[in-house]
Amino acid sequence: MVKNDKVNLETIDEEYKYGFQTETKTVFSTKRGLTKATVMEISKIKGEPEWMLDIRLKAYAAFLTLNNPKWGPDLSMIDFDDIVYFIKSSDRVENNWNDVPEAIKTTFDRLGIPEAEQKYLSGVTTQFESEAVYHSTIQELEDQGVVFLDTDSALKAYPELFKAYFGKAVSYNDNKYAALNTAVWSGGSFIHIPKNVKIDKPLQSYFRINSERMGQFERTLIIVDSYASLNYVEGCTAPIYSNDSLHAAVVEIFIADHGYCRYSTIQNWSNNIINLVTKRAIVESYGHMEWIDGNIGSGLNMKYPSCVLKGDHAKGTTISIALASKGQYQDTGAKMIHLGEYTTSKIISKSIATKGGRVNYRGLVSEGPNAKHSKSKIECDTIIIDRESASDTLPTNIVKNFQGEIEHEATVSKVSDEQLFYLMSRGLTVDQATEMIVMGFIEPFAKELPMEYAVELNQLIKMEMTGSIG
Amino acid sequence: MAILEIKNLIVSVEDQVILDGINLVVRGGETHAIMGPNGTGKSTLAQVIMGHPKYHIDCGEILLDGIRLNEMSVDERSRAGLFLAMQNPTEVPGVTNFDFVKTAVQAHLLSGQHLRIGKFILALEDAAKELKMGSGLAHRYVNEGFSGGEKKRNEILQMKLIKPSIAFLDEIDSGLDVDALRIVGENVTAMKSPDLGLILITHYQRLLDSIVPDFVHIMIRGKIVKTGGRELIAKIDAEGYDWLKVELGIDEFVEKKKPVSLGTCATKSLK
Repeated sequence: MVKNDKVNLETIDEEYKYGFQTETKTVFSTKRGLTKATVMEISKIKGEPEWMLDIRLKAYAAFLTLNNPKWGPDLSMIDFDDIVYFIKSSDRVENNWNDVPEAIKTTFDRLGIPEAEQKYLSGVTTQFESEAVYHSTIQELEDQGVVFLDTDSALKAYPELFKAYFGKAVSYNDNKYAALNTAVWSGGSFIHIPKNVKIDKPLQSYFRINSERMGQFERTLIIVDSYASLNYVEGCTAPIYSNDSLHAAVVEIFIADHGYCRYSTIQNWSNNIINLVTKRAIVESYGHMEWIDGNIGSGLNMKYPSCVLKGDHAKGTTISIALASKGQYQDTGAKMIHLGEYTTSKIISKSIATKGGRVNYRGLVSEGPNAKHSKSKIECDTIIIDRESASDTLPTNIVKNFQGEIEHEATVSKVSDEQLFYLMSRGLTVDQATEMIVMGFIEPFAKELPMEYAVELNQLIKMEMTGSIG
Repeated sequence: MAILEIKNLIVSVEDQVILDGINLVVRGGETHAIMGPNGTGKSTLAQVIMGHPKYHIDCGEILLDGIRLNEMSVDERSRAGLFLAMQNPTEVPGVTNFDFVKTAVQAHLLSGQHLRIGKFILALEDAAKELKMGSGLAHRYVNEGFSGGEKKRNEILQMKLIKPSIAFLDEIDSGLDVDALRIVGENVTAMKSPDLGLILITHYQRLLDSIVPDFVHIMIRGKIVKTGGRELIAKIDAEGYDWLKVELGIDEFVEKKKPVSLGTCATKSLK
């Protein structure tokens, strides 16, 4: 994989507080590189049913024929032969924190996971490398029939439900990295919220990559039934190495009529992670999907959370921020596919480019021939902090009927001299003033997050902004 | 007691002289009014003293309590005791007025001092009440969606909490209706003390009726051309500035170019 230069690495090191690595015992891992045998080996170790192996092999074949996208950042540097595709760090998923292997426990303790669980979560799954190592849900949810499991366990426990939905939102040949994920997927979260069940406190998953040159390919499957609602939060970090690791996840969400799902992510991978994720939700009548998508980390990130608004009156919302600092390339955005009548969508995208980072908004809104009376509103704001940084806004908006509406607004600004002068004339230093302006800029995003995450996000952004205007 | 000294201040933008040798001394306890026609450099003077990066000082000196401000950054000048209530306060979207004012007050604490949040909240509430500002104001974003009058009151609110020793109020009366003007006037007058030197920049007599100045300066074309007492205000209100131009022989139509103004600035080389 790509070597980062030393200087770059040191600067990342100073700023990224999750960059530590822990010494852990590996129970099993596949050999470096990807062949048909690797795919079969992963499936065998997991003791999967035949149909899953079939899909994996089909996906592997698709992966070999599909090309990297012709648009966006260059991905040609990814060396698929130099990646370890599967690492097993624990023999089983524990549901008592004390039983988790010591080294892994130390990692998550340092990341503050058990604390968060006690304070404000309904359930938590933590994944270390390829598989979940710990899982817990509060009894109350289990009594209501809520299923919250790591994806591997769910395939064993709920094979019928699993088969009915797996790959139905993101097919195995959707794109090269969805194909790769389908071929070698491991771990992730599986959630089923039954009819009429509403969960207020969030469910959370936490993903950690600990090894160098490894790939994490978790697969998340969420099913929200009629009139049910879910609030799901995902976090991710990795240590800092000189060689890159790959994270190619697939998230599929199904929202039945009148269902609601909010999926919040703060992606804070270290800068040596290439993050290529396919996230898609299919929303039935009067259902509502909300993506709250924060992209602070990773060196190269391509992520466009999508809503397929299938049923009439379905609603999709994406509120996202992307921050690209030194050595980072964020190519992010959103997709809204309107199929049903009276469907509505809203995209609010906030991008920040600083210290030579590059951040693009890339979005697609399409209102199909049958999506009469559909409405969409897109708002993209970008703030460029210095001369070294860059940003592009690349929207595609299509209306294929005569009753649909799309509204698009975009602004690009720099931190204005007048704002700086005003704040500084009240005694704020240039750093304090810049930080305050940027925090204000992302406020529409931050206010959507649970308090604990908003605080964390603010700290991350402040850290990235320090010394950006000299 | 604070003292602001402006000595032979010359400022130009590109080729145009905007401030043409300003001399002014303001002491704590004094209230000065600067009047003059539009575009005559009054607001520029306030912004230059505050340190706006748009302006470059060609020559002259600004001293606060004997300390030279010329090279200080904007925030350092603020912390030294200077304040500028702006003519058009900038909007800062997404930042609550509460956070902004709190950070500003914190910035003015001496090292080792800590903001006592309870005390601050009470002070903020009191100040807002005295200015008859709506209670929701603290949680609105800085100046965003504020009416002209609310913005001006918000400037005075900050001044009340930051407690500067020298304050410029730049057209604090513009955009205020009669009631709001009275409220602002009362609040500023109440702040008058030997610890505060005030400079009011205005076109109108009505502000100076409520905040009574000790000195009135008339500024035309970047120069203070006349200094006097309150009697000047009534004369200007009745007759405008034309009599002064005639009296002083100022020609409206001759633009002053930069090199000419450098006569008193012997050490500075011409461009």
